[in-house]
Amino acid sequence: MVELYWLPKIEDWRDRLRRLGESGCAWGDAVTLANSRLDAAQTNALDTMAHRALPGPPGSPADKPVRLALLGSSTLAHLLPAIRVAGLRRRMWVETYENEYGQYWQELADRNSALHRFAPDAVLFALDARHLASGIGAASSASEVEATLGEVTERIRGCWRLAREHFGCPVIHQLALPVHPALIGGNEHRLAGSRAEFIVRLNATLREAADGDGVDILALDRWAARDGLHAWHNPALWHSAKQEVSPAAAPIYGELAMRLIATQRGRSYKALVFDLDNTIWGGVVGDDGVEGLVLGQGSALGEAFADFQDYARELSRRGVILAVVSKNDETNALEPFDRHPEMVLKRGDIASFVANWSDKPANLRAVAEELNIGLDALVFVDDNPFERDLVRRELPMVAVPEISDDPASYAQTLADAGYFEAVAITDEDRSRSGQYQSNRARDALKASATDLASYLRGLEMRLLWRRFDRIGLARTVQLINKTNQFNLTTRRYSEADVIAVMRDGRAFGAQLRLIDRFGDNGIIAIVIGRLEDDADLVIDTWLMSCRVLGRQVEPTTLNLVAALAKQLGARRLVGDYIPTPKNGMVRDHYAKLGFATCGETAGPDGATRHVLDLAAFAPRDTFVEIAEERA
Amino acid sequence: MTEPQIYEALTTIFRDVFLRDDMVLSAGLSAKEVPDWDSFKQIEIIIAVESEFGIKFQTREMDALANVGDLVRLIADKT
Repeated sequence: MVELYWLPKIEDWRDRLRRLGESGCAWGDAVTLANSRLDAAQTNALDTMAHRALPGPPGSPADKPVRLALLGSSTLAHLLPAIRVAGLRRRMWVETYENEYGQYWQELADRNSALHRFAPDAVLFALDARHLASGIGAASSASEVEATLGEVTERIRGCWRLAREHFGCPVIHQLALPVHPALIGGNEHRLAGSRAEFIVRLNATLREAADGDGVDILALDRWAARDGLHAWHNPALWHSAKQEVSPAAAPIYGELAMRLIATQRGRSYKALVFDLDNTIWGGVVGDDGVEGLVLGQGSALGEAFADFQDYARELSRRGVILAVVSKNDETNALEPFDRHPEMVLKRGDIASFVANWSDKPANLRAVAEELNIGLDALVFVDDNPFERDLVRRELPMVAVPEISDDPASYAQTLADAGYFEAVAITDEDRSRSGQYQSNRARDALKASATDLASYLRGLEMRLLWRRFDRIGLARTVQLINKTNQFNLTTRRYSEADVIAVMRDGRAFGAQLRLIDRFGDNGIIAIVIGRLEDDADLVIDTWLMSCRVLGRQVEPTTLNLVAALAKQLGARRLVGDYIPTPKNGMVRDHYAKLGFATCGETAGPDGATRHVLDLAAFAPRDTFVEIAEERA
Repeated sequence: MTEPQIYEALTTIFRDVFLRDDMVLSAGLSAKEVPDWDSFKQIEIIIAVESEFGIKFQTREMDALANVGDLVRLIADKT
């Protein structure tokens, strides 16, 4: 039995369904009900009730409604409610169309057909295996089978092309279920005319063709291999109703279809946020200490936790951002990452690390803000049912899978829930994972270097700086607006503001990139300086990515700022620190760099002012070479 | 399982499938008397019954179902 087991059960589901729409918020209620562990009958009931309560899309839907045409060769009507409910699950309103029985090609080709009048903006082909393999049989020769394989493939590619040309929309192709019983058995591939083998080969051929044709695959064959064919296909229902996909599996089918459609529209989760104690290791680090944790070799449970960490790391390598939200003292929470030899995840794998005693919804908000992504891009994994409930109630847009008490099941649960469904891996994904890999290499160097100086020297760092320019504009604005921690003044600027700096002859804006022997860290710091009173270079903005803390970037940047200030004729550097709830880490930034503190400024923000005399300034010695980067 | 118990469980299933909380089952009730009871609803009922009672219907058993009474007898045989 396949089911949406990662979604929570709603105890009073029947009553809430009956009351749908009475509260005046039918849309929100329907979305909540769709996000529960529905079986086939419940799915159909919710679809009926939702359409009674909501005749059309709600006033302000997150996306425009989806118009999906499901085109196939056998009965598909029983899948449509589940597709619409899977849309509701994602706050997407889905209008569906299915072709007249068996008429998919005719309707595609005929511009006056009901399909063309429907004007889909998503097309899903679901051709059944018996239809596809009907041209061959055990008596067919190898060459006949080859010819048929080629013909069927080309016919399907023709359908893709027609859909693309007429509707200009994304196309999804559902691969065929392996419904044919074997004729010879384990070596079925030796019988040229085997229909079972034909479907296996056709699916492989279509996978390849889809890559070239820009079509996305709904891998029903993989799911059948995983769940067993009986979970997906009931021969009795095929004979009575020509339903190839069993109605019992419809809720999952709808989910798989909408996952792809949501992904094609840029709607997918970006970050995996997890709790620590009893989620990625066994035990409570604050109570049991690092030595007392159950993790890695030595017990099955410990290995299961390590395995889950490995899955998370693999996800990060393909571009999923990792973050931690844990109720812990930060020092305790970080200790296993630094000291526990069996930790698979390292500090460098975690893009945002929040450990404190605030409630988890508040901390998830902080993570979203720090990562500069929406709350609806977060998936939160926590072993504690209370915390899961709380987050679901407070932040319904965050995905919170139901997980069992057994860490051995966590990875598969995340995979089955399909939060990180992707149809392509972008360069950006790869570089994101590349940056984390470089972090790990740096960690390894740190472990092998005997002292800090030899570690830093071994990094062979180069800080390449450029004045603000059009090429870097987007990244500059992004950094200025999302950096909260290492940010002296937390001033936020628009693109127009940054362009104004570029045009101001008495100011400079510098973007700094850090490269080391393990790779390019990208633009990691921004400084804006402005000459005032012909003598003071006031540092309007100085911010840096926390990824490069402890690498001597700060004193090296100071050398640059001093040089640029002298070019403008300044005699002093003036730096303000404006405290915020987030930037306590840079309170002593200027003092550490040798600035004299002048005390608080007059403003209401509690800012302090710091001054450095340039005449007496000697550039700091660091292990970072600095150079101007020419575009 | 006794017949009244089967009727009770079936009533819940039918009310959920047809979304009608006033639905009352009798042995003679068949698809002809219920407006929405088409072939899809028939399959929905069968799947819900299979899942609720942990049983599996054979093709010829599905074909032979004419009314609620047939369904109750079939469930009674299998549970």
